Amino acid sequence: MKTRGFPVWAVYALGFVPAVVAFGGGLAGTTGPDPIRALEQTLGLWALRFLLAALCVTPLRRFFGVNLLRYRRALGLLCFYYASLHLLAFIGLDHSFDWAEITREILKRPYAFIGMACLLLLIPLAATSTNAMIKRLGAKNWTRLHRLVYPAALLAAAHFIFAVKSWPLEPLLYAGAALALLLVRLAPKRRPSFEQPHKA
Amino acid sequence: MLIRVGTDRPVASSDITPRSLWLRRREFLAAGAGLGLGLAGFGARAATSPYSTDEKPNSRADITSYNNFYEFGTDKSDPAAKAGRLKTKPWTLRIDGLVEKPADYALEDFLKPFSMEERIYRMRCVEGWSMVIPWLGFPLAEAIKRAQPQAGAKYVAFETLVRPEEMPGQRSFPKIIPWPYREGLRLDEAMHPLTLLATGLYGEPLPNQNGAPLRLVVPWKYGFKGIKSIVRMTLVAEQPKTSWNMIAPDEYGFYANVNPGVDHPRWSQATERRIGEGGLFAKRRPTLMFNGYESVASLYSGMDLRANY
Repeated sequence: MKTRGFPVWAVYALGFVPAVVAFGGGLAGTTGPDPIRALEQTLGLWALRFLLAALCVTPLRRFFGVNLLRYRRALGLLCFYYASLHLLAFIGLDHSFDWAEITREILKRPYAFIGMACLLLLIPLAATSTNAMIKRLGAKNWTRLHRLVYPAALLAAAHFIFAVKSWPLEPLLYAGAALALLLVRLAPKRRPSFEQPHKA
Repeated sequence: MLIRVGTDRPVASSDITPRSLWLRRREFLAAGAGLGLGLAGFGARAATSPYSTDEKPNSRADITSYNNFYEFGTDKSDPAAKAGRLKTKPWTLRIDGLVEKPADYALEDFLKPFSMEERIYRMRCVEGWSMVIPWLGFPLAEAIKRAQPQAGAKYVAFETLVRPEEMPGQRSFPKIIPWPYREGLRLDEAMHPLTLLATGLYGEPLPNQNGAPLRLVVPWKYGFKGIKSIVRMTLVAEQPKTSWNMIAPDEYGFYANVNPGVDHPRWSQATERRIGEGGLFAKRRPTLMFNGYESVASLYSGMDLRANY
């Protein structure tokens, strides 16, 4: 695998391009008649994409021998940053910091509640993403805690489905991908040689 | 039927139509004869209307690029991108059911007797956004009167064209809507003077993505009631099936009157975002009962609008 040459910082740099483009485009008025909705949806979609990308790392290693482990933290954090910006756009742009309305929406609307629950699950994962925290928790506890990404993936996919009318294909494809990435982890481990201990 | 129109027509029409728009219309008048639109009565006799709002219409670009028309895809940019292949000539409109004069009309023949008016209406989408659109059309009531409804007719059912080879959304999987798209109105709603059959906007024929060549506009109801590219109108005795109600009856009712007090089960209807206003930092505005067309309230007196959403 020729991953060594590609630096982790470049993943972050590239990862923020969609956000910069969406925000810049929104300011410039090139993202269509409803720039707020466009920005909100772009941020949410990329949060989901980075989440799924992070979930690809283990199966890629296990079934295809492709080791992208050194990028997983960047992918996970990008997911968290995008999800946070997505919420910020919802609060600040979509609802102009009308806290009463925002609270009501989050508590009352399934799509908003599910999305919020998803982000809450991501917070401890982002907070324990540093080497120091991994050391402090110990590899075993850290791994156990980070299994929260599995329910987070399901909630993210559900959030997308609940936010749209009828049953268009796109959210269903993302939900299918999330489900597949979780199910593939249940496959019996036939090739124990790939079971390397997690490096702290 | 006596219909009182209160707040909807407070001023002279000359005060209502923005000058720029009026000028555009004159331009069109001058050019009209040479355009060869094939739509009799189109444009040349367009008049402004006391039913128009004096709010600033959205740009033509906004109105024609941000559409929900699932026959062409679920993304709001799909209709503008994919509706070009739809052939709207020739077009046949069937009027049938409980009428004395059922007929299959060539659209030109159907339109001939009616004079077009410009109606600038607010349009509130069920998704929580709104626009102001200068339609060109004529009251649906006139078309219904010509067909001579029988005594038993209580509702009007509408159907959109089904032509998957020209409408990619109708080929999509999973099936978004059980085609054809269906809508309906109670007869008194259909006869209300605000209810419009539109053939144009901004003084020009409807672009395909906006429902060419003939669409319904009911400004006090959510936008999905405004069925597009109509091929059939049927007068019936029983409340007809309507598409969104068939897909999700708990979310979309038959009436679908704009009502800030009755939320969509999955989002609030209390506020809306006016498209084209304020860019990335636009503030929501409160949604008005019946989208501000209060004169229709009498149609629903005694009805529980929470139950009949």
